[in-house]
Amino acid sequence: MLLKGENIRFSYKGDDWVLKDVDISLKSGEVLGLIGDSGSGKSTLCKILSGYENNYQGNVSIDGKEIGKKGYNPVQLVFQHPEKAVNPKWKMKDILNEGHDVSQDILDSFGIKQAWFNRWPNELSGGELQRFALARALSPKTRFLIADEITTMVDTVTQAQIWNTVLDVAEEQNTGVLVVSHDKNLIKHLCHDTIHLDDINNV
Amino acid sequence: MNTTVTLKKGLFGRLNLRQKTILIICLTSLLLFVIVISSLVLGGESLPTNFGFKNLAPSLEHPFGTDWMGRDMFIRTLEGLGLSIIIGAIASTFSTILAMILGLLSSAGKKTDSFVSWLVDLFLSIPHLLLIILISIGLGGGAFGVIVGVALTHWTSLTRVVRAEIKQLKTQEYVHVSGNLGKSRWWIATKHIFPHLIPQILLGTILMFPHAILHEASVTFLGFGLSPHEPAIGIILSESMKYLSAGYWWLAFFPGLALLIVVLLFDMIGDNLGRLMDPKSAHE
Repeated sequence: MLLKGENIRFSYKGDDWVLKDVDISLKSGEVLGLIGDSGSGKSTLCKILSGYENNYQGNVSIDGKEIGKKGYNPVQLVFQHPEKAVNPKWKMKDILNEGHDVSQDILDSFGIKQAWFNRWPNELSGGELQRFALARALSPKTRFLIADEITTMVDTVTQAQIWNTVLDVAEEQNTGVLVVSHDKNLIKHLCHDTIHLDDINNV
Repeated sequence: MNTTVTLKKGLFGRLNLRQKTILIICLTSLLLFVIVISSLVLGGESLPTNFGFKNLAPSLEHPFGTDWMGRDMFIRTLEGLGLSIIIGAIASTFSTILAMILGLLSSAGKKTDSFVSWLVDLFLSIPHLLLIILISIGLGGGAFGVIVGVALTHWTSLTRVVRAEIKQLKTQEYVHVSGNLGKSRWWIATKHIFPHLIPQILLGTILMFPHAILHEASVTFLGFGLSPHEPAIGIILSESMKYLSAGYWWLAFFPGLALLIVVLLFDMIGDNLGRLMDPKSAHE
């Protein structure tokens, strides 16, 4: 499967383009790095690819077909701030299983403990919440995972743990992963291939 | 040092904040409940008029004194408060229903949203009291007029809150995530958005109570509300004005104080419930 964004243009206002004629493609099973300066439109591109932002020009498709607005989106986005991506009035087990029933294997590999299930989101740390957000997004139906600075809030050891798990699961399920980060070393370490947003963005 | 410690350990010492909050809510609700029940029980029999006991100062037998017809002011006050709370309850409930309908309507589309905003601004631009008096007179006064008047004027602030809350929730990341996980709009509305609205609506209703009660009392005081034979606080207060210059201070003082306490009790319940229902402080 191939996730493709073609001639993507986005602006908040008039001709002040954040993204201009950006082309990007991601294959199943591929781990692609995306680097760019602050404000270069990384997060906007992520939102466009995963259907969160609809006011753009251009084309996003999987194998040439447009992605349907209804039903499970095969392109899942995981955010930088997990505490915003969970409903504060839900218990962790409901949050975890909102998309699919997460398998015990994934729970174990992320190190998600059963004891956390009956807690509220504000009783867990950012790193713990991010594991839940990732487990929730990594359903077998997810073909592409867009990881927008998902480990910026944790220390290096935890960062390595989380990424190892994500890439293991992704490989097993043949999921394409777009790794978005400021950290060049992290991307060099994780990814098969890297693109610079500044190079492909014709602003 | 020792005394402060023992003081803190006194009545609530062994309870934590949550238990204390629940205790306060229970006690205040019980008190209000008792007022309503006793006024309903007392309402059945008319107050005995006894001119032998007229204008007595507060005593053990008549804790709030007696009025110019020798009626016990304590019982009159109790009946008046009960009536005020019942009227407040009915009016607040209708106001809340109105606010919910209009709040939901405003989230349906841009046109309905601007219509609801316009309606809110329109009602806010007219002074409450004036509008209540107009509606009350238009409907022929009495309890019905006051209830409709209060209900039709108090929905504005809650509508604004509900409207803003829905708007804000719709932009939350977890609502977008839910959509991306394949959930329908209806599912998101009921599971994600509605649970956040319940505390707002409940609190809004309870905090509307004091307003409704005070407005009812003031409209009645001015003579546009309940009819004089009903034992309303507003009636008691406006009657007592005539006797204040004669030195019968208890006729206004105790009913007024009782009204103030009831209003404060509702405020207290509202604040404490709010503390319980806010997820950030609820699990302390």
